[in-house]
Amino acid sequence: MSEYIIKNGHVFDPTQGIKGDKKDIAVKDGKIVDKVGSSAKVIDAAGKTVMAGALEVHAHVAGPKVNAGRWYRPEDKHFDSHKKPGITRIEGGKSIPTVFKTGYEYARLGFTFAMEAAMPPLYARHVHEEIHDTPIIDEAALPVFGNNWFILEYLKNHEVENTAAYIAWILRQTKGYGVKCVNPGGTEAWAWGLNCLTIHDPVPYFEITPAEIIKGLIEANEYLGLPHSMHLHQNDLGNPGNYKTTIDSLKLAEGIKATNNFGREQVLHSTHLQFHAYKGTNWGDFESGAKEVMDYVNKQKNLTIDTGNVTLDETTTMTADGPFEHHLHGLNHLKWFNVDVELETAAGIVPFIYDPNNAVFASQWAVGLEIALYAKDPMRCFITTDHPNAGPFTRYPRVYSWLMSKKVRDERLNSFKKADKVISATNLANMDREISLYELAAMTRAGPAKCLGLSKDYGGLKPGMNADIAIYNINPDKFPSSGPEIEKAFANVAYLFKSGKICVEGGKVVDMGHKETFWVDAKVKENKQVMHDVREKFLRYYSVNEANYPVPESYAPHQHIISVDATKA
Amino acid sequence: MNTVTLTVKKQPELYLECENVNTDAFAGKKAADIAKLGAYQGKEILTLGDFFTITGEAGATAADTKIIVNGDCTKMKYLGAKMTGGEMIVNYACDMYTGSWMKGGKLTVNGDVHSFCGLALAGGEFTINGNAGNYLGAAYRGDWRGMSGGVLRVKGNAGSDVASFMIGGEMIIEGDVDIHLGTHMEGGKIILKGNANRRVGGQLVKGEIYVFGKINVMMPGYKPVGEKEMEVDGTKATFVDYLGDLGERHPKRKGETVYGHLYMKK
Repeated sequence: MSEYIIKNGHVFDPTQGIKGDKKDIAVKDGKIVDKVGSSAKVIDAAGKTVMAGALEVHAHVAGPKVNAGRWYRPEDKHFDSHKKPGITRIEGGKSIPTVFKTGYEYARLGFTFAMEAAMPPLYARHVHEEIHDTPIIDEAALPVFGNNWFILEYLKNHEVENTAAYIAWILRQTKGYGVKCVNPGGTEAWAWGLNCLTIHDPVPYFEITPAEIIKGLIEANEYLGLPHSMHLHQNDLGNPGNYKTTIDSLKLAEGIKATNNFGREQVLHSTHLQFHAYKGTNWGDFESGAKEVMDYVNKQKNLTIDTGNVTLDETTTMTADGPFEHHLHGLNHLKWFNVDVELETAAGIVPFIYDPNNAVFASQWAVGLEIALYAKDPMRCFITTDHPNAGPFTRYPRVYSWLMSKKVRDERLNSFKKADKVISATNLANMDREISLYELAAMTRAGPAKCLGLSKDYGGLKPGMNADIAIYNINPDKFPSSGPEIEKAFANVAYLFKSGKICVEGGKVVDMGHKETFWVDAKVKENKQVMHDVREKFLRYYSVNEANYPVPESYAPHQHIISVDATKA
Repeated sequence: MNTVTLTVKKQPELYLECENVNTDAFAGKKAADIAKLGAYQGKEILTLGDFFTITGEAGATAADTKIIVNGDCTKMKYLGAKMTGGEMIVNYACDMYTGSWMKGGKLTVNGDVHSFCGLALAGGEFTINGNAGNYLGAAYRGDWRGMSGGVLRVKGNAGSDVASFMIGGEMIIEGDVDIHLGTHMEGGKIILKGNANRRVGGQLVKGEIYVFGKINVMMPGYKPVGEKEMEVDGTKATFVDYLGDLGERHPKRKGETVYGHLYMKK
């Protein structure tokens, strides 16, 4: 492999505390090294910003639900679906891009890793097919557990060991990375036409509460010592007054310590917090609850969050939170897709237009920014758009511009049709904080890498780490002042190195890299009870045979297995 | 107004995507520049000059430009699509997306058009002096924003799924249509001078459909509420007023439920 030396760039790396100093970065054999020989190719990064490749901690980019969105929304990709010059294939879709476009766009933005946030175990093969076809970026997927019958039955009796053994079995069957929990209990209740809107609402038939599910999954996750923590999409998403339920859920993590060998410190990752930080009783008296929620998050060191920023675009909402999608369909009357995944989960899809002229959507936009601006520790707060739910990930540069420039975000805030209402319902107008490049590197690189248990190889530029490097046309001494300039700089990297290979140059994809699929193999003590239950459930309920359930290796030929030994737990 | 004349000199092997054949793309260009405009054939990008002989020059703006297209256009898509002004005349039958997403100006096709023409028409006049295929003036596949303005007139017949998701504007079909006329309509006006097969106004929320001929099988969600004397597109007649589609949601205005109307000529 070729050697490179990236010279004179302004380096931002929270893992080493480097805050924009001019520093040379040497690359050899796919890794960052101390030094390279004199024949190394020189990349002149003078006047540019150098960061590690960014990590996406929560996005819906692969699998049956994303694909259902693609086929039921041909209008999302109609314009702009021509082949462009170069090595790239046709790039279709805006809110639900094709797998190819997904890979290219992440790479152009400077990303080298993305986490698919919700994998239905039964359809894991489809998720892996799409991951395999997404070029350049490394990926992993989180299977969903929060409404799984096994989990509900084990946790009803607080059987943490059985829960952990079942999770380990599922991770191996689905080549999954960790524990995702979506609207715990609520999605299962949806099968009865009900929902769980607080953490104490009982799940019909199973007689368990969301609180028991959340706490049990956190404990099982720590029992196994997985690289990532329990990853929670909370109950009562998107409803006024939900911030109390949000804080109640976060409190369940109090007193639990992270147990793992990956440097992860949190035990609960609460995702797209913007959707969970609303005060008021209806959309008329709706107010931001970002301060209350973030005050709690800031003092609880064992939590991480991501923002879920509304980007004010036409997009496609898709989630395993089935009842919520039905609720959205009732609001906007647009086409609704709903599916039940046997014993495991469900999903819904509804197109959505976050119209800036609407005071509620504009306030949601403000709440998302407040979440990031209230965060005291950028290593525990990550920027997402819950792609594509609050907006497409391709809008990250615009979100960065709002976070990094008070001027740019105030321009947007003051030009809303109902600016007065938005300003009085939120705190954003009074916030002066501007996220620095160093903080941004923590929120998009070092932080997510640590949260996902990948900090050994990702999120920094220390010798020995992966040579995943994004170089932006940004001179920190002359930081661009207008929104469009900031956006342009972040939207197209000058260079993207993926594992030591230049994959993007001048915003153009020049190499497809060698992507890997990450999954976690957790070894547990033999558990006859769980294996008996698995056999029985497949015989009695599943529509497939147990032998046809696992994802064969051929579906993830470039797999990267992280092994965890929980036999002594 | 300056005129550009395009004459087909070579037939495309596949289909030619003429997204650049409209008054807006031509505005301010001479024949030689127009010949260099791109046109996709499959994944290949070619130029208009490869397929057309081009004479004349365009006006400074779309509104000052007139385009005449001669020759066999049955394998040409997107003719006149997205135009905002001026005039365009196609003297032959043409393929899909003709006159779709038009915002203004006047487009006339002296021949038949294929399916998916006049999609989401937002303004201007689109006249088809032949027959039209399916999905005339409908929303694009999957979309819920159909024809919202302008006038679309067909002298002949049209196919199925005409004016789906219509929200505004006026469509006149002088011949017959097949099934699914005005499905999901939420505004606008359809005048059908001939007959319809089945399912006229299914899931219609708002809007008006006038039928001069017969409907083969009427939708069950329509209720007759009286008769009205009206002049519709130059014809005075008595129409029976049906409210519908009663199986669909309906908005309220000033406390009263707003229904769609289906007027059947007596």
